[in-house]
Amino acid sequence: MKRLLAIATSALALTATPAIAQDIAITGATVALGDGSDPIENATVVVRGGRVVAAGTGVAVPAGVPVLDGSGTWVTPGLFASLTNLGLVDVGAVSQSNDVDADDSPFSAALDVAPVINPMAQDFGYSRAGGVTRASVMPEAGASIFGGQGAIVDLGADFDAVRHPRAFQVVEFGERGARLAGGSRTSVHALLRNALHEAGSYGEAAQLRSGSGSRGEREAIGLDSRTPDGVDRSDDVLLTRFDAAALVPVVSGEQMLYVKVERASDILSALSLREEFPALDMVLVGAAEGWMVADRIAAAGVPVIANALRDLPVSFEQLAATQSNVGRMVDAGVQVAIGGYDSSGDHPRNLPQQAGNMVALNRVPGATGLTWGEAFAAITSVPADVAGLGGRVGVLAAGAHGDLVIWDGDPLETSSAPVRVFVDGIEQPLTNHQTRLRDRYRSLDESERPRAYEW
Amino acid sequence: MGRHLQKGGPAALLFSTAASLALAGCTAASGNDRPAVAAAPAAAEQPYASTYTPYPGVPTAIVGATVYDGAGGRVENGTVLFADGKLVGIGGADLAIPAGYTRVDGTGRFVTPGIIDIHSHLGDYPTPSVDAHSDGNEATSPTTPEVWAEHSVWPQDPGFSRALANGGITTLQILPGSANLMGGRSVTLRNVPSRTVQGMKFPGAPYSLKMACGENPKRVYGGRNRMPSTRMGNFAVNRETWIEAQEYMAEEEPDRDLAMETLAGVLAGEILIQNHCYRADEMALVMSMAQEFGYQVSAFHHAVESYKIADMLRDNGVCSAVWADWYGFKMEAYDAIPENAAMIHNQGACVVIHSDDENGIQRLNQEAAKAQADGRRMSIDISDADVIGWITLNAARAMGIGDVTGSLEAGKMADVVLWNGDPLSIYSRPETVWIDGAVMYDMNDAQMRPVSDFELGQPGEGDVK
Repeated sequence: MKRLLAIATSALALTATPAIAQDIAITGATVALGDGSDPIENATVVVRGGRVVAAGTGVAVPAGVPVLDGSGTWVTPGLFASLTNLGLVDVGAVSQSNDVDADDSPFSAALDVAPVINPMAQDFGYSRAGGVTRASVMPEAGASIFGGQGAIVDLGADFDAVRHPRAFQVVEFGERGARLAGGSRTSVHALLRNALHEAGSYGEAAQLRSGSGSRGEREAIGLDSRTPDGVDRSDDVLLTRFDAAALVPVVSGEQMLYVKVERASDILSALSLREEFPALDMVLVGAAEGWMVADRIAAAGVPVIANALRDLPVSFEQLAATQSNVGRMVDAGVQVAIGGYDSSGDHPRNLPQQAGNMVALNRVPGATGLTWGEAFAAITSVPADVAGLGGRVGVLAAGAHGDLVIWDGDPLETSSAPVRVFVDGIEQPLTNHQTRLRDRYRSLDESERPRAYEW
Repeated sequence: MGRHLQKGGPAALLFSTAASLALAGCTAASGNDRPAVAAAPAAAEQPYASTYTPYPGVPTAIVGATVYDGAGGRVENGTVLFADGKLVGIGGADLAIPAGYTRVDGTGRFVTPGIIDIHSHLGDYPTPSVDAHSDGNEATSPTTPEVWAEHSVWPQDPGFSRALANGGITTLQILPGSANLMGGRSVTLRNVPSRTVQGMKFPGAPYSLKMACGENPKRVYGGRNRMPSTRMGNFAVNRETWIEAQEYMAEEEPDRDLAMETLAGVLAGEILIQNHCYRADEMALVMSMAQEFGYQVSAFHHAVESYKIADMLRDNGVCSAVWADWYGFKMEAYDAIPENAAMIHNQGACVVIHSDDENGIQRLNQEAAKAQADGRRMSIDISDADVIGWITLNAARAMGIGDVTGSLEAGKMADVVLWNGDPLSIYSRPETVWIDGAVMYDMNDAQMRPVSDFELGQPGEGDVK
């Protein structure tokens, strides 16, 4: 029977069409809303039709909604993992299975991850089992300072992962950008300005697509159907016509520009791009020295996605790296999401560890961390808001997507893990290659048969 | 074997006592309390000898803390006494505190032995991670047992201070990288700031030889169209090299040969083997190779598939030095699972949690805690006190220094961390770190946070990192 259930579960994982959302109410749980507030004890969460109806204390469970006893558990919105390569990679070092960057491509800004994201990649399931329900998927720059266009996905076990294709463009603005641009930051600036000017004039000359420019209600930006006109332009501007077309929505502010930048002075240079291109909708990615210019970032109203635990001078653009970076920027009024994975083995599902360390930091004299509520928001509602999904994702609020995680304890604590995960109200399988291996090797007894018959 | 090593230079003769510690492996406790320091010959005989001596401390009594002794013991409301660099006593609230001891209030706090990382590249891959600092792989030949990691270590690597302040690291083993089948000798360091690497060297610690199997050596050399380019090539080159070492040892008066001196030290049981290896089947083959040539693997490093052969590892007395949950970044890490450590422990084999990372070394306690929790969820219950052993005594034993550090036991080095909460909780950090009884880090005293030369006058100098 156990085996049958396992087969049924894996069949569910391969279903092409989404299952029907369940109505569900969880009572008696410790609930974290994800909005920066403190956890609420003995609270209730109600999800109907795939959406959150209510969360908190004094919430009545509507008649007919199945009730789960949540006592002893925590219930939170699913984690929003920023800057992942989910669905682009099976094995990082196996180049055939890795679509993160395109070193030898003639294209750069036009590159688009949306059609190549594979929701059946093991890391999808592994991250889902860790409580990640939504993520941004970011291409890396390979042949130019432009990495191409990233997407927002959900981690439901179906093929409809991409929810917001072409959500943002990626540009390398620091040391790595300088290498890609030809050896100097000066070339990054020339190349970027040239590209944006060209896209601007290209956009004026061509028929512009319409679209809402306001964050939070941004609609998916359609694929630009204009193609290169056959002229090889690589000799003059290092930008194909297709790439120039892809940058049109960046210049017009319809598509966010993720600027990968670490050094304080580079951050200020990035912010000043708006003097020339006023509509740019920038997000600073990295910003290891952001704390040094936190007031300026706050005044510019530009959000940041930062790895919380960088504290080493890994490069000359990160000399001032400190674990207090995130806390100091938040205190200065910067909107900061925690994201990014530095070590080979680091994963989206380790985001709670980064956030939890920010809470620990508040007890270190001279350091600046986050409150529990701030820290948890930095891996739920804040990254969702930065991605343009504020109020709809990463928060347990009426009308938000029914992305829930039931944890066996405080989600930021080392000892805790998800028990059940829902995306849009649909309960998700938590099995994956790793859990299957665990179950096979629970025993090493081969007196009857090799382990290969245990599945 | 003595004559070869004497002829080969005194280096290989250094640690006859340490060698016997090493052979105890890490699965069996050694009752031998002889300090390795005493066994080391006079400094004049040792090339690049340690010049480290303990810094001054005061007789100290930590009272009222929860104490994990690193050897599986736990004392509530415990007392830890140390003086003159050595632990004097560990007990409950009733343990008498001798006159002249400074009392440290441990109420609400936890005490562990100093944390030990068996696998670090601090100093040989220091930050800033510029090409000019890439000193961890002598990737010009697949076998370089002649190189010594200590000759690459930059003592000004800012990573040492982060490991101390955030990770409570008091001892660490710096290994050559894994590009080569035989990467060279490791060096074990006290985590004290120093102008020289000699000023950090752990007195009397045995050397290890770093070996590597699997993807890395065959990729590096196969990519240059030379041997090895396959896993079978890996083994062939290793075996030929061991045969060469046997021939060297059989010579009456061999010429000096740095590479052979290291390998002879291994075959003589004086130099340990730290073997980078991911896959279960390859670890089994390496254990057979060790049998063929008569040496003992002290620990497999990374060992992401140890859970598949934990019974064999137990029977062979080989430790697994593992991450909690790194997975998927390379083909041979595809079957890594977060329950690995718990499943190894559950079979009675030895677990060490390692970092191999300048960030991870700051959080070995958290990694151990995650691995413990992943075990608990599959009904493998491992006590907190045992889990602390994964990052203290087990590491020390697998490095051949388990008789002098790694646990809180009278007579051992006073390497002690006072945590501001449960070290297995995400919310805790080291509050005070003593190395040989001297305060080397104090969370509450900004001046007691070392700043490397590199960071002086730079943005963020002296910042809480």
